[in-house]
Amino acid sequence: MTPVATTFFFYFLAFMAIVSAIAVITRRNPVHAALSLIVTLLSLAGFYLMLYAPFVAAVQIVLYAGGIVVLFLFVIMLINLEQNIREYQFNKQWIVGTLAAMALGGLLLFVFRQGRDAFPPVFYQGFRTLEGYNTQQIGIALYGQYMFPFEIASLLLLVAIVGAVVMAKKRI
Amino acid sequence: MTEITTMHYLIVAAALFMIGTIGVLARRNVIIILMSIELILNAVNLNLVAFSRLYGLHGQVFAIFVITDAAAEAAVGLGIIIAFFRNKETVNVDEIDLLKW
Repeated sequence: MTPVATTFFFYFLAFMAIVSAIAVITRRNPVHAALSLIVTLLSLAGFYLMLYAPFVAAVQIVLYAGGIVVLFLFVIMLINLEQNIREYQFNKQWIVGTLAAMALGGLLLFVFRQGRDAFPPVFYQGFRTLEGYNTQQIGIALYGQYMFPFEIASLLLLVAIVGAVVMAKKRI
Repeated sequence: MTEITTMHYLIVAAALFMIGTIGVLARRNVIIILMSIELILNAVNLNLVAFSRLYGLHGQVFAIFVITDAAAEAAVGLGIIIAFFRNKETVNVDEIDLLKW
């Protein structure tokens, strides 16, 4: 017997994610686009919970919906967009761009259809027993096996902080 | 109703990736283009976490690195937008052509 609630929530979250993602790229007002982006990010956090990744779901909510989108909203309110809202929102090559992206989507679907037997039919069983220790396991992996990429990520964040300050400052 | 497999997640991620690509290619507002890049990164993250359900924890660790990259990219990109808006009073990408000769 297949669980019905999981299926229902999957389709509900997929519908929310895709509809609000379409709203992100079609709304005229950037504030509405940013709010739609929050809905997409929260739906993806729901997907992560369904995939037994509670730590990534929490990071998604705290860092994306709480941090990055607020940064976007700050910048939208710092710069004066009233002129831009009255203008035409799509550029000259939007038909060609949309067709190219559709072709990319068709190619992805074709590849998925060709390779659908390549995945192992059973899920990774380690999560079933260690589901409560997900955060602990990620911490051990980050500070053990992935130590060097972790340090590079911290250096990247330092460079990004300095770069953002240099870019946004009027004169240095 | 059928059971939800990895393929379902991959199809949702492909749809989000496609929508993000359309946003990057078709919109004029550079802030919306940055938001579309965030959509693309999120589609990749969904793929990584869906595969971590099959193969173990490494996909989730990589998803965290991708989120770190997205934060750095958003900070620097929005700083560039503020600096540019101070000079030219526009956010339309087809008017950002200082480096075109």
